[in-house]
Amino acid sequence: MSVVELVEHGHTEEHEHHELSFWRKYIFTEDHKVIAKQFLITGIVWAVIGISLSILFRIQLGFPDADLSWLKPILGGWITDTGKLNPEFFLALVTMHGTIMVFFVLTAGLSGTFSNFLIPLQIGARDMASGFMNMLSYWFFFIAGVLMFISLFIPTGPASGGWVVYPPLSALPQAMSGSGLGMTLWLVSMFLFIVSQLLGGVNYITTVINLRTRGMTFSRLPLTIWSFFITAILGLISFPVLLSAALLLIFDRSFGTSFFLSEIYIGGEALSNVGGSPILFQHLFWFLGHPEVYIVILPALGITSEVIATNARKPIFGYRAMIASMVGIAFLSFIVWAHHMFVSGMNPFLGSIFMFLTLIIAVPSAVKAFNYISTLWGGNLHFTPGMLFAIGMVSLFVSGGLTGIILGNSALDIQLHDTYFVVAHFHLVMGASAAFGLFSGVYHWFPKMFGRMMNKSLGQVHFWLTFIGLYLVFIPMHYIGIAGFPRRYYQFTSYDFTSIFSDMNTFITIAAIFTFLAQFVFLFNFFYSIFKGRKAPMNPWKSTTLEWTTHNPGHGNWVGEIPAVYRWPYDYSKPGAKDDFIPQTVPHSQTPESNLPSDNELIAEEKIIESQNYNDQFKTGH
Amino acid sequence: MEILLVLLVLVAVVLALVVLGRLSGVVKGLKPSETSSYEEPGRENNINGWMFIIVLVVGGIAIAWSYLHSREFYLPEASSVHGRRTDDLFWFSMGILTIPFILVNATLFIFAWKYRYKKGKKAVFYPENHRLELVWTAVPAIVMAVLVLTGWKAWSDITSDAPEDAEVIEITGKQFGWIARYGGVDDNKLGNYDYRLIDAQNEVGIDFSDEASFDDFTNPTELHIPVGRPVLLKIRARDVLHSVFIPHMRVKMDAVPGMPTKFWFVADKTTEQMRSELGNPDFKYEIACTEVCGQGHFGMKMLLVVEEEEDYQKWLASQQPFLKTYPEYIDKIPANLRAKAAKYVGAEETASAE
Repeated sequence: MSVVELVEHGHTEEHEHHELSFWRKYIFTEDHKVIAKQFLITGIVWAVIGISLSILFRIQLGFPDADLSWLKPILGGWITDTGKLNPEFFLALVTMHGTIMVFFVLTAGLSGTFSNFLIPLQIGARDMASGFMNMLSYWFFFIAGVLMFISLFIPTGPASGGWVVYPPLSALPQAMSGSGLGMTLWLVSMFLFIVSQLLGGVNYITTVINLRTRGMTFSRLPLTIWSFFITAILGLISFPVLLSAALLLIFDRSFGTSFFLSEIYIGGEALSNVGGSPILFQHLFWFLGHPEVYIVILPALGITSEVIATNARKPIFGYRAMIASMVGIAFLSFIVWAHHMFVSGMNPFLGSIFMFLTLIIAVPSAVKAFNYISTLWGGNLHFTPGMLFAIGMVSLFVSGGLTGIILGNSALDIQLHDTYFVVAHFHLVMGASAAFGLFSGVYHWFPKMFGRMMNKSLGQVHFWLTFIGLYLVFIPMHYIGIAGFPRRYYQFTSYDFTSIFSDMNTFITIAAIFTFLAQFVFLFNFFYSIFKGRKAPMNPWKSTTLEWTTHNPGHGNWVGEIPAVYRWPYDYSKPGAKDDFIPQTVPHSQTPESNLPSDNELIAEEKIIESQNYNDQFKTGH
Repeated sequence: MEILLVLLVLVAVVLALVVLGRLSGVVKGLKPSETSSYEEPGRENNINGWMFIIVLVVGGIAIAWSYLHSREFYLPEASSVHGRRTDDLFWFSMGILTIPFILVNATLFIFAWKYRYKKGKKAVFYPENHRLELVWTAVPAIVMAVLVLTGWKAWSDITSDAPEDAEVIEITGKQFGWIARYGGVDDNKLGNYDYRLIDAQNEVGIDFSDEASFDDFTNPTELHIPVGRPVLLKIRARDVLHSVFIPHMRVKMDAVPGMPTKFWFVADKTTEQMRSELGNPDFKYEIACTEVCGQGHFGMKMLLVVEEEEDYQKWLASQQPFLKTYPEYIDKIPANLRAKAAKYVGAEETASAE
């Protein structure tokens, strides 16, 4: 690289820097760190909306006789004159809660935030492979959100057929009013959301493969990056299938096709559609839907690995086993989808196959849990809020995952399918534990994101309130499920078998409100700390990975050269070392006191690493 | 239950006070200060370590107690043969899974407490152990294999073809209710149907060009079945997805428009028997819907009456064929078959039709 080029480039970089207007810097930005914050804050806003909706329907379930007239200013006509929630709007609340939490909060809010923030910073890249696509990814997500938000306020109500939007219910406006304009908006919104996911996913994959700094081999990637990489691949393969399902549904709704419709008599007339199959939609939906739960949980598992290792001051136990189990989970997640459909009427032989495959997935999940626990063993644990949430995540993941073994068993699923047992199971294993991954990540990387510290005591209080609150909500929910209570019921008074257990529903509702209120501790801490938090040091947790080698970075992440990498990311408490951590940027030749025999062989490699290009995208091919 | 509520409120109040108490200190700490360096964990690290033990003990007691408390609200023992089998399997699996539930959470929390930060201590550098990894890959794999095999055996028996002597009854879901159709006492055979024939009276679209339909009868409120004999439910939906759920029988199967489904089972406790067993003279078996189908989803109730074979036959005989209730449907019968249908409609209608 010639001097002239360097000088020239340095000049243009500075030039650009000065030219960036407010709009280009904070709104239509191509800086991955700002985009990450956009995803995070949008995700938080959606989380508040999504959880508020669940509180509304929990009030209906816990206090069916309550007079809800006080909600009239917000909900208007959805509260009847007698102060009751409209039953159809109840279904709309359930549907929107699911859609918002799964897609907008736990997919975009979690993976969007941390893939964006951490991939370039942890692999030593200036930015994503395509900053422009990354920007598009956020804005597609934003518009998807705007449409979904608008659908909450239209007179016929938002989509109401459950977040799985099974046709024919979702295809026929005569079946319920939410299947009219609300469903159209849902489909268009999801369409844009999927585009956003694909733009983001292509970018994450390309960046991880192509833009690692010198020395950053795949076997030196932090587990966070492995998890985001695998997640992006899952999304790239499965989201297009949902897109096709949505597209076919749009055809059925608007252009008279019969992909999912057959032999229907509704609203006093027999429809002409024949030959379609509602089961086909379920196959397509769950071909995304099941990988989707791993799209939600894998980033949380990655974040947890990183946070636990750092705060236990220990290498993560079984680094390779952790990667192998993630790859195993990812692969299996594609061939278990029909366990959502054991009693859908599909061929029972398929049920047997999917039961076998589903229960295999418990094995790599168990390996991960055991590895986390072994990482704690013999550690020196710092209970930062991030660490507490990481430990809590493991607990929730295991507690929720175990009941999955029951539900994956097709014979047992007959009774439990679509009861509250399922609701309790997936809220623990994917909802709560992914949310804990999100919290853990926010507390841990907040200093790098905003240059300030969040308040530790508030974080710890937030953890305990949330952790206890979630168990208070979801453990009793299993009991209700065993008692046979079906999900998506407006009230339980119509049946004798569900009229006896109502005080448990009241209990769950109170616990849910309690947990919801506890989140305001977080919201306060988060927004207050952005402006008024203590200034953060460069490496507040004494961590080894690359993002902690740069101080409150601007666009480009590192002033001067990007760092080179000489070792794996988990050299914590290495025997002989003077500190209890050795950053990835420290060559083995500088740490003879702590090198293992195998490390000494790596010293020879350092020259090779140093002779490589920096792979600096700001310098080449601009 | 009230005790539980009071306890929860108390916990909430105490926690709120703790939060408020800390908040004053916290707000002081929130004041922006100069860049700080790395912070050693202090006293609060110890408190959090101990919290894990407290939560483990109190949580363990709370879960055990609440479980025991809830047992009385669970469904009674299954009233069907396969249902008792899946119940046994369920509790067997739950029993096995309780072991890792307790072990994993307890080790996690105890390790968190035991290895909490101590000044000057250095953590153990212990990055991997292949033998351990192998062990905890193999053990879950074996346990899974056992659970899969028992489950698979049960599943294939339950979903096998119904026995020859099964009583065949059709059940159709609609917004928002169920309609049962019986083959009738003469041929005990369900006639054809066609969704295009559905109207206000002929709610399931019985096709009267099929002789087997003549003695069919429908019932929109009650499903009667005989005790101790296999019953095959032929399940249909006429508008959107529904799902037949008979909680006491452990029966569930989706009703799909355009794709008939089925489920067979043997009920072996009559409604009367259940009444005396539970000491509840008002006990009724119920059928519910478990696939969201619209605003009336939560109220799609039908009653299930399980009775002795003799009573069942008597009930069948007392039911009026659809043609008798709605004789005008004689017009839908092809001319060459009308004579055969004549015995089901009143005499005067037959006369007028001819």
